[in-house]
Amino acid sequence: MRHRSLLILTTAVTAGALTLSACGSRDDDSEDGGGGDGTTVVIGLDAPLTGDLSALGIGIQNSAELAVKTANENEEVKGVTFELEPLDDVAQAQQGQQNATKLVGNEDVMGVVGPLNSDVGQSMQKVFADADLAQVSPANTNPALTQGEEWQSGNKTRPFDTYFRVSTTDAIQGPYAAQYLFNEEKLKKVFVIDDKKTYGAGLAGTFADEFEKLGGKVVGTDHVNPDDKDFAAIATKVKNSGADFVYYGGEYPAGAPLAAQVKKAGAKIPTVGGDALFSAEYVALAKENAEGDMASSVGAPLTELDTAKEFIKNYEAAGYEDAFEAYGGYSYDSAWAIIQAVKTVVEDNDGELPGDADEARKAITEAMNDVSFEGVTGSVGFDEFGDTTNKQLSLYQVKDGEHVPLTSGEFEG
Amino acid sequence: MNDLPQQLANGLLLGALYGLIAIGYTMVYGIVQLINFAHGEIFMIGGFGALTMWLWMPNGTSLLVALPLMILMAVICSVLVGVGAERFAYRPLRGAPRLAPLITAIGLSIALQQAIWAWYPEATKSRPFPEFSGPRIDFGAFTIERGELYLLIAAPVCMIALGFFVSKTRTGRAMQATSQDPDTAKLMGINTDRIIVMAFAIGAAFAAIAAIAHGLRYGEVNFKMGFIAGLKAFTAAVLGGIGNIYGAMIGGVVLGLSEAMATAYIADIPGMEQLGGGAWKDVWAFVLLILVLLLRPQGLLGERVADRA
Repeated sequence: MRHRSLLILTTAVTAGALTLSACGSRDDDSEDGGGGDGTTVVIGLDAPLTGDLSALGIGIQNSAELAVKTANENEEVKGVTFELEPLDDVAQAQQGQQNATKLVGNEDVMGVVGPLNSDVGQSMQKVFADADLAQVSPANTNPALTQGEEWQSGNKTRPFDTYFRVSTTDAIQGPYAAQYLFNEEKLKKVFVIDDKKTYGAGLAGTFADEFEKLGGKVVGTDHVNPDDKDFAAIATKVKNSGADFVYYGGEYPAGAPLAAQVKKAGAKIPTVGGDALFSAEYVALAKENAEGDMASSVGAPLTELDTAKEFIKNYEAAGYEDAFEAYGGYSYDSAWAIIQAVKTVVEDNDGELPGDADEARKAITEAMNDVSFEGVTGSVGFDEFGDTTNKQLSLYQVKDGEHVPLTSGEFEG
Repeated sequence: MNDLPQQLANGLLLGALYGLIAIGYTMVYGIVQLINFAHGEIFMIGGFGALTMWLWMPNGTSLLVALPLMILMAVICSVLVGVGAERFAYRPLRGAPRLAPLITAIGLSIALQQAIWAWYPEATKSRPFPEFSGPRIDFGAFTIERGELYLLIAAPVCMIALGFFVSKTRTGRAMQATSQDPDTAKLMGINTDRIIVMAFAIGAAFAAIAAIAHGLRYGEVNFKMGFIAGLKAFTAAVLGGIGNIYGAMIGGVVLGLSEAMATAYIADIPGMEQLGGGAWKDVWAFVLLILVLLLRPQGLLGERVADRA
């Protein structure tokens, strides 16, 4: 009998290890290199810098760093030196919340860029709101973050005054793709799959609603675990459902193998998804099976915007090893929005920040509401919910191993 | 139900993969009664060993040519880590209470994972693994990928070879004796230390072979892949009767099939729409495990390799 109780114990320990291994953290101590005589303003950054989503996270970090560097070189705000403090959230909501608490505790932090994931963003909102610290996300797209849980019924209320974002929401990203696929590609039958996370389920939901409203048919639905790699059984279901394409609400670590396995199962149909599939990693993982797959993303293609050309040039000149990826331009604009808010406050306060940190944070958060400039991704500004005023969206398709712009426009409901 | 043959094939292939990894759990448990929780990481390291070999090859090498070398490299890496773990993490604790080596195993598992994470270039994200291209192979009722042919051949060949080894060779019989009663086996002149190392090595080699199957099937390896795979293989080993070599394979196949069936059909049962699909397959797999343990606590084929093999 002894070894049987050992088995039970082992199972319990495994479950414990599962939980523990999910919250390991690695902090990079940022160097205190700035300073001089002027004030130092720290801009916090939270993104997945390691793990499966690190390709997107590193792009966010590098781009925000580039914004900080540029502001320092140009002396964008006289007497103020900016510094970036990047923290790794490993794409975990719990870690994001801890990072938020850490950033709030540092009195020099006057604004935060990030995070990547909507569920992480959700966990951070209240921590920042309690400290009056402004947060600008380059990538969160779940509508509830700015418009409250009841946004779908039309009852929109802004839950947190300190939360801003420069990306558009899934409330228009999903429907935008639905309209294009139904009207332009003439695809009528879809198999909808999501990963049950805040971002994925929300996106798949808004997509399916619009697609059915247009007259399309949802021939099947399924859910997957975001850590899973084996989708053979689902791929067989997709193949036998006769769907014209798959819509996947989720991120590329599961999305890429899913798309590949659907094609391998013999269904020669594209997989379509949101901005979290718009990554070079997606193509690297799905390889030749990624051909023809589509992803929507917020804003216009960076290669087509004049404002973005300088950013791309500077990013290349800075010699970063990793690409700026889907959210680089947004991350740059997020950091720049904070820098602009700091500038406003400094100019209104006789050339320096209010001495009291709480007061300074509050003033900067208020100034954020009126920030307006031509950024990398187009015009940057925030509406009464903290959402971007820029409603541009684009669709990309994988051709010869690369995402190429397919169409771009403003969403009309 | 027209996709039943295909779903059975999906489940069978997944099950064969689980079964190959589960053999490592079962052999080690059968001989030293240790649940080697680092076994999933030994599997993962095999995958990275094979990937390293592939990256060393000149560009444009055919995968068919590279595969034997990749298998060799994977087996070498896994066996070195497996045997090293036995020598440095478990042997010093051989006389200690059973909980001690178990904790070491969990620690070792995390350490190995983090080592790959930290030192293997770009291993912080999934690394693409080479795949066989070309159309799927048609068997009439179902089709499989070219890469899965490897698994289809490797699993039975490994099983038959192991069965032959355990029942027909001197070392294999010594292994059975050690498993049955290590002290008496020692008195009979069997070098039990060597036998234990042997069990670790064979388990690791099978895990390495499974790791290549994983890479060919999913087109990627990553530093976390050992955790879930190890958990599933452990489940398969318990399901089949831990310590029983054939039980590990049967347990793996039962687990793989039940996952595929749960994904494919549970949602079609009236009233079960919310409990079906891909996100629930693990739940059903573990429900099955609990049922088996309740009704037949020794597992499907019964425990301990020695009495049965």
